[in-house]
Amino acid sequence: MGLLSSNVSITRYQVLGQLTDPLMDNLTRLLTQNAIVEIDDEDMDQSAGWTSFEDPFTPDFTGSTFVMGSQFIFSFRMDKKAIPSKVVNKRYRQTITKRLKECGKDFLARNEKKQIKEDVIRELSLRIPATPNVYDVLWNYEKKSLWFFSTQKTANEALEIFFTKSFKLNLVRRFPYTAALESLTNFEEDMLNRLTPSHFME
Amino acid sequence: MLDISVAYNRYKFVGYEFLTWLWYVIEHDPAQLNHVIKENIIFTIGNRIKLQNAVHDAVETITIKGDDAGLEEGVLALKKGALVTEIHLRVTEAENEWQFTMKGESLNICNLRLPETGQIENKDDKEGAVLEKFFLHEKIMGWVDAVYVFFIKIRISPEWNDKVIPQIKKWIQQ
Repeated sequence: MGLLSSNVSITRYQVLGQLTDPLMDNLTRLLTQNAIVEIDDEDMDQSAGWTSFEDPFTPDFTGSTFVMGSQFIFSFRMDKKAIPSKVVNKRYRQTITKRLKECGKDFLARNEKKQIKEDVIRELSLRIPATPNVYDVLWNYEKKSLWFFSTQKTANEALEIFFTKSFKLNLVRRFPYTAALESLTNFEEDMLNRLTPSHFME
Repeated sequence: MLDISVAYNRYKFVGYEFLTWLWYVIEHDPAQLNHVIKENIIFTIGNRIKLQNAVHDAVETITIKGDDAGLEEGVLALKKGALVTEIHLRVTEAENEWQFTMKGESLNICNLRLPETGQIENKDDKEGAVLEKFFLHEKIMGWVDAVYVFFIKIRISPEWNDKVIPQIKKWIQQ
């Protein structure tokens, strides 16, 4: 789901800390270093990384293409291969039958079965393309604010971990308590910390 | 500052009270919102409200949805001690309308529909479209944030117990 979609969901964050100077060079370098790695021809089952807003399937951060107005705009892509368990089971059973016939045994050792299962999954991983999920990111560096165009728990958790890993900066999610702190004095913050739920029924 | 995950769970109720208060203000004192935002905009309740009652050990969830749904059941749920956990809102400024669902525990904006914007016909249009969308997103976020700041200042003041709670109780009991 992206910024240009007709229907969007947004999680807002505060960014703690700053990148070192020169800002643009460092940001370009960190985005490129942590760009999504294609796994279609690999035996990996998932991958996550930054990609271009303009073309999420061809990551390219050269020439400050991620700068728009006063914002940095790029995307977070999560690719995952979903291999149906029934397909894994079918290939596993077929391989076991073939192996038993080849070696003339009645059964295989546990380790051998485990190895066969791993080989089947690896073989299928190479043949099944990953399903990409692309989420846009708008980072207002001056205001230390970041908008992430998803409210899915898994996507948000992955973003928080990957952002910290990439930039060595922490994201603080905006929710009732943190949003309140943005506008309160220290005295008012104490009052907020002492709040207890109200009851509107008689 | 408290640990973030502790604060998230401990202060969910502030978000629920915000949405409950917002429903009351939209129905009974919408001019307050114009005063806060200082622009001529209209907040209306959309087609969905979700409430939760956790007064007793069991958690009860009540969802009211439908374009012409009456909200009496929701008021009844408030009377039994429930609070609003999600609300669908329409915000109108002249010809423009924003629609979205706001979640109390996170203040996340979900399923946001912006006013109509121009079609993207070529690559050059894209930057303009992004800036236009961003402007419209920022506008609605700014209004929602201003209303939340207004609420939180009241919530921590004596006005909350002395004036607002009695007003909301009166509305619920009517």
